[in-house]
Amino acid sequence: MNEELLKLEDLNIDYKVKGGALSAVHNVNLSIHQGEIFAVVGESGCGKTTVAHSIMNLLAGNNARIEGRILFEGKDLRTCSQKEMEQIRGQKIGMIFQNPLDSLNPVYTTGKQVQEAIMLDHVEKGAAWEKVIRLFQDVRMPDAKERVNSYPHELSGGMRQRVMIAMMLSRNPKLLIADEPTTALDVTIEAQILEILQELKKQRNTAIMLITHNFGLVAEVADRIAVMYAGEVIETGTVYEIFENPMHPYTRLLMQALPRKTKREGRLQTIEGAVPRILEKKPECRFANRCPYATERCSREEPATIRASETHAYRCFLDKGQEV
Amino acid sequence: MAAMVEIKDLVKNFSLSQGIWAKDSRVIKAVDKVSFSIEEGEIVGLVGESGSGKTTLARVILGLTPMTSGSVVIDGIDLAKAGKKDRDKLHREIAVVFQDPVSNLNPRQTVESSIMRPMLLHGISRAEARRRAKEVLDMVKMDERYLDSYPHQLSGGQLQRIAIARALALSPKIMILDEPTSALDVSIQAQIFNLLLDLQEQMHLTYLVITHDLNAVKYISDKIAVMYLGKLVEFGSTEEVTEKPRHPYTKGLMKAAPILDPRMRDRKKEIIDGEPGSMMDLGTGCRFYARCRYASPECQSHDPQMDVMETGHQAACHHPLK
Repeated sequence: MNEELLKLEDLNIDYKVKGGALSAVHNVNLSIHQGEIFAVVGESGCGKTTVAHSIMNLLAGNNARIEGRILFEGKDLRTCSQKEMEQIRGQKIGMIFQNPLDSLNPVYTTGKQVQEAIMLDHVEKGAAWEKVIRLFQDVRMPDAKERVNSYPHELSGGMRQRVMIAMMLSRNPKLLIADEPTTALDVTIEAQILEILQELKKQRNTAIMLITHNFGLVAEVADRIAVMYAGEVIETGTVYEIFENPMHPYTRLLMQALPRKTKREGRLQTIEGAVPRILEKKPECRFANRCPYATERCSREEPATIRASETHAYRCFLDKGQEV
Repeated sequence: MAAMVEIKDLVKNFSLSQGIWAKDSRVIKAVDKVSFSIEEGEIVGLVGESGSGKTTLARVILGLTPMTSGSVVIDGIDLAKAGKKDRDKLHREIAVVFQDPVSNLNPRQTVESSIMRPMLLHGISRAEARRRAKEVLDMVKMDERYLDSYPHQLSGGQLQRIAIARALALSPKIMILDEPTSALDVSIQAQIFNLLLDLQEQMHLTYLVITHDLNAVKYISDKIAVMYLGKLVEFGSTEEVTEKPRHPYTKGLMKAAPILDPRMRDRKKEIIDGEPGSMMDLGTGCRFYARCRYASPECQSHDPQMDVMETGHQAACHHPLK
């Protein structure tokens, strides 16, 4: 396997809220290797974006309390100074967001904004401009030579996301964090963007952390998956292990909730209840209140991690292979 | 089975000129000669990319915007010729549920008054409306105690149930569901689908479901209509449209849709290049011409007509796929 690039160790993040601290991320451990697409999936509010933002050191210091280690190439990003982080952001770790319009400056042409990113690496202006055009072609921007002079509002959503990818590519980062990169796009455009991300992985050996709630995307591109629930990673495994042999009851129910059949073949599985807001940490399984297999033990003890295979692990009291 | 909604040669143009001095004579053909019908008790899924005219079509059916030409006949009433009495009847018979449950409900009104409002507008007494509010809340499997709640106290899934309850209040025959689950998480999505299907079976409702989620549309619909830049390009049973699409756009769309099975990821995807062009300069030919891999000179000059097969499966293409 490729070299380990990013490792999260016992990551805990609490947000200060009225009446206490909201546990947004709890004891998260995961590692991402070079050249793999690692998907973090879960429902809204499960903490996936908080994890991503903590890696980039984007959480406002006063409102979030972070514990644990965020190791990138062996170095703990949490001990880095502001200045060191500025070096790492963009150059080592790139990030693209759901809505590219929020990330682009409306009063500069898109080409100029990408050029600016390239010039951070002390590239001369003319050479940087040529590189912009090349990058726009790399991300298959239609009429690349003209589009470099377009303002963000003149481009479609798909083209804007291409600009963001071009900007990110310009500095050739080792890790790309893509937070819901295609959620706002149409299917045909989504397929085009996914193709670009996959090429990126193959040609540049870039590791991609794909944050999404869309299981279709995950099935199409992910190598490995971490399933999050209420701030915890409850199961990790290869895409085949998660889709074909899910072990955690939450993952199992989710897989049956996906519309993979027609209505004639029966109703979809549902999960009753809602994701809890954890204001008080105590030893428990956070899924216990919605779990059809929960026992009294589940609300008293925190389940340990069970290894189903070298790559597959989950946190539950249910034994390996026990039928539920 | 009788047609509940019959749409024939429906055209909806938007004029680009604004203000009395404007000279811009160009129009946007948001819906261009669309014809199809929805049978009673049927679920039709309407798919297409953003800007394809799906929502405009729904707005015309709902009577929210007047049509330019063509006809829409709903439960025997011709929308264009309907008088006030007929319109009132239609407003009772057609209900709508929108995508975003939060902006759908008035934040300053309780659930009860939101559900009661359409009934009061239609002259139902307060006491009767209150009784009915409890009843419809029960139909969407929510407890009575939520009647006094405000929208901010409820989750996305609960809000969508309230929106469905409100839609049911006047006992409609037809429900238009515009992206009913797009804003919801997977587990909640499944709850809403199941609820919609249960209601449809119990009350023999007719649904038009607008969505861009192809997996969802395959699950819920009996028939699928595919729109591209204002044109209906294909219409047929869910099975025909998804398994044996005849229009190259439909095929591309079906292939591009993510499949929820990692073993299928290496299939040939035939990704459609480019993006839908502008609605302004469409030319005279097929609107999909520039992106189509089967395009011929004929496609550039002549707009293909709808070709109907015996099974009712229709497609508008000069080179339909076999």
